[in-house]
Amino acid sequence: MRRRLVLLALVALTVLAPAAAAEQRASLIEIEKQVMCPVCGTLLQLAESPQALREKAFIRRLIAAGKTEAQIKDALVAEYGDEVLALPQGSGFSLSAYVVPIVAFAAAAVALALGVMRWRRASNGKSEKDAPDIGPQGEDADRLDADLARYDL
Amino acid sequence: MRSSIAVLAVLAVVGLLVFGLVSKGSSGVEVGDPAPSSPLPRLEGGGDGSLADYKGKWVLVNFWASWCVPCKDEAPALEKFQRQHGGPGFTVVGIDSRDLSGDGSEFVRRYGLSYPQLRDGDGGAAHDFGTTGVPENYLVDPTGKVQWLLRGPVDEQYLRDEVAPFLPEGKS
Repeated sequence: MRRRLVLLALVALTVLAPAAAAEQRASLIEIEKQVMCPVCGTLLQLAESPQALREKAFIRRLIAAGKTEAQIKDALVAEYGDEVLALPQGSGFSLSAYVVPIVAFAAAAVALALGVMRWRRASNGKSEKDAPDIGPQGEDADRLDADLARYDL
Repeated sequence: MRSSIAVLAVLAVVGLLVFGLVSKGSSGVEVGDPAPSSPLPRLEGGGDGSLADYKGKWVLVNFWASWCVPCKDEAPALEKFQRQHGGPGFTVVGIDSRDLSGDGSEFVRRYGLSYPQLRDGDGGAAHDFGTTGVPENYLVDPTGKVQWLLRGPVDEQYLRDEVAPFLPEGKS
């Protein structure tokens, strides 16, 4: 029984370990979607300029050297600066690229909600104060009541 | 109160648009303008360098990149010009722009370039000069002003005819 368990564990390790390693391994296709070709101003994935080809070769060399995706992106930033990243980094001034739209959206939502509340309050007050009496008045009302009484079952 | 907020909002939007246009539409340096001289790392390491380090000299600033074919064509002419005229009164300064540092160093070795090389990985200096690509060449006088520029490659004859007349006589 014990031997079987050990054997099972070994089999699981041989099957799962390479899969986990493959999962962590950086891929050119994935990185190309996240970085820019600085000369062309487009995603590296879409670029075929001489500079883009050099950049792709650089990434391939780093992948072959076993670097992770994060290490490769750091190396690209060291070569070309922050603008090589298609999405700004989530730290320092670049963080504002994420924070500002969220804050602006929240502020707009609050302003809209306040505006709607104010408008509804104003229109409610107005309807209570200025709403005309609906329905027949005076003699018409008496006649309507009489008619309704006549058809009352 | 409400109208002043609306006016402020409109002004803010207009201000952002103007800022965007101004910061994007850098027209670049022209003859007579001071040459931008922000510090840049030296291509072969060893700290930073700047065009300001060459005040008092004529400097031929050459923007290049290792992946650029015309840059390969003009490199031997620039090196020859440096050997003929380089000295206390003149130097060529290369600026390797938007290039991998390893590829840039390999380019310098392959063409045996002996003049100083700065590295402009993020293209900041190219933007300051308003370059439209590589190669581009700017002749900066001893006071730091641009006296001549060519948005394209140079060759031996062009350097002899257009740049040499500006320089102090012979090899300084």
